[in-house]
Amino acid sequence: MRTVFKTSYDADINYFRHGAQAAWYMLLLVLALCLPFLMGTFWIGEMTNMLIWAIAGMGLMILVGQTGQASLGHAAFLAIGCYANVLLQEKLGVPFLLSFPLAGVIAGLAGALIAMPMTKLHGIYLAIGTLAISILTDDLIVIAEPLTNGVVGLFAPTIDIFGLQFDRYATPDRFYWLVLFVAVVIILVYRNILRSPLGRAFAAVRDSEVSAQAMGVNVARTKALSFGISTAITGLAGALMGHFAGIFNNETFNIIISIQLLLMIVIGGLGSIHGAFFGAIVVALLPQAIAISRDLVSGFVGGGTVAIPGLESAIFGALLIGFILFEPMGIYGRWLKIRTYFELFPFYRKDMFRRQKSYLKTERMR
Amino acid sequence: MSLLEIDNVTLRFGGVVAVNKVSFSVEEGEVFALVGPNGAGKSTLFNLISRIYDPVEGDIRFDGESLLKHPPHDIAKLGIARTFQNIELFEQATVLQNLLVGRHRHRKSNFLTELLFTPGVREGERRHRAAVEKVIDFLELQAYRDKYIAGLPYGVRKVVEMGRALAIEPRLLLLDEPASGLSVEETQDVAFWIEDIKKQMGVTVLMVEHDMHLVSAVSDRVLALADGKVLSLGTAQEVQSDPKVIEAYIGGSDAQEREVA
Repeated sequence: MRTVFKTSYDADINYFRHGAQAAWYMLLLVLALCLPFLMGTFWIGEMTNMLIWAIAGMGLMILVGQTGQASLGHAAFLAIGCYANVLLQEKLGVPFLLSFPLAGVIAGLAGALIAMPMTKLHGIYLAIGTLAISILTDDLIVIAEPLTNGVVGLFAPTIDIFGLQFDRYATPDRFYWLVLFVAVVIILVYRNILRSPLGRAFAAVRDSEVSAQAMGVNVARTKALSFGISTAITGLAGALMGHFAGIFNNETFNIIISIQLLLMIVIGGLGSIHGAFFGAIVVALLPQAIAISRDLVSGFVGGGTVAIPGLESAIFGALLIGFILFEPMGIYGRWLKIRTYFELFPFYRKDMFRRQKSYLKTERMR
Repeated sequence: MSLLEIDNVTLRFGGVVAVNKVSFSVEEGEVFALVGPNGAGKSTLFNLISRIYDPVEGDIRFDGESLLKHPPHDIAKLGIARTFQNIELFEQATVLQNLLVGRHRHRKSNFLTELLFTPGVREGERRHRAAVEKVIDFLELQAYRDKYIAGLPYGVRKVVEMGRALAIEPRLLLLDEPASGLSVEETQDVAFWIEDIKKQMGVTVLMVEHDMHLVSAVSDRVLALADGKVLSLGTAQEVQSDPKVIEAYIGGSDAQEREVA
């Protein structure tokens, strides 16, 4: 374990705690940048998908992990971002470089507007309220057929930035780098939120609304801001998802996606950027893992490959139950423990991460 | 002009009159204690001052200005800080982060500059951290600076909450039972801190406390409440020897009857 000798306030403010940590993350970034040279087209597609899920996860994490507001309606904002981005390009001829951030702004504004009445609700009621948004958006897309082409759906055009084409199939590497760039920018923005008064206001609202208010935090405004920022990021992920899928309709962003997003960040570990990425790895790669293991099993046992319907959901559900029971801090919590074990070897104690059993205010029904 | 004026304030919860036509004023620079049996309305008065409740009638003035036209989150901006009877800290955050939330009142940046973390935001962060370090030094919280609240013992939490209120740099500090659940030594620390808060920082203190030793040690004036009504006002000795106060605590008529029997 490294003890950092702090000589200035900046040591606490900077992105990295010490040089070695910065070096490790830079190494990770370099590895991520080199991935297209190491992997085939198929796996780059999977990695792109994973990154898009991670961006969406970071969006939801700001709301759920940092501000403590549940949302089962984030697929709606994926849809808003996706449709806004494509419609701006197709109907108004706005270039991607403009339509993409605008899609985020539109999704963010929609989220903040919806938040104003919605955040008066707490806990399970808020979850149900946001669930309604998800269902409503699905219906609205079908109703607004002249614009959205209803259940038939829309095609996402190839992204064109100053003559450079980004297409999932024609130029998968380039598309991957674009998504990676967006992901890195979102991570930096997320870190900025965490280290500024805004992030602390979010945490204050999450842990105790009454004392946040006594500290001068405008609770209603902070919640609306959190919703806005969260849905803006989710909207950006939605726009990328549209380009990744190529074709999409109301079914692409159904309620299952909302639930999957929420489960993803719980499995990954609430309240951390790592959690969003760990969760995204599980969600994006689980279907492939199942397919591979199925092939392995049939190789051992013999016989043809048997497709079991609903197997993916079942495994996902089992994973979730397992984590809630045995590791409420998610994969990131487990990762922290493993890291500490090796850092302190052989002095790790089993109870080092045991939290005092205290009544969590965030879980109280209000 | 008094710093805080409670003017004929009444609050009802349905048929229960929690606070009944209470009037008193707190002068700048004093330590003012509220005492009284459970359910007397002491904490309710605190919640009225922090605008969690709206009084049915009466007015609350701070520095001559009515608080009733301000929303609850403005109270800290006006310079009133408070602690809670059942500690209300931000559990999933470190001591340092908790204290920094107290600096929210002094935030000069807006969310857009914070998303980009402009140099101005960084400068503000440095200033807030310097201010918080002073509080940490004052309350001797150095050992707990980067610890999560969820893992801290009760006594430390109590101190952290007081520190968070001090980080606001208030003019008036409301302490709701600062010594409840503390050991004798810890209570003595609290007494010294309250003295220093008054003398060194020039902060006016209004506190609710049951520990009469602490009350008589630190407070300039004491107000006794019972059933939402003012019983007695004066120095700690005067209030403690007031027959009405003794009756409210021990139950005068019952005691007399028992003596007769």
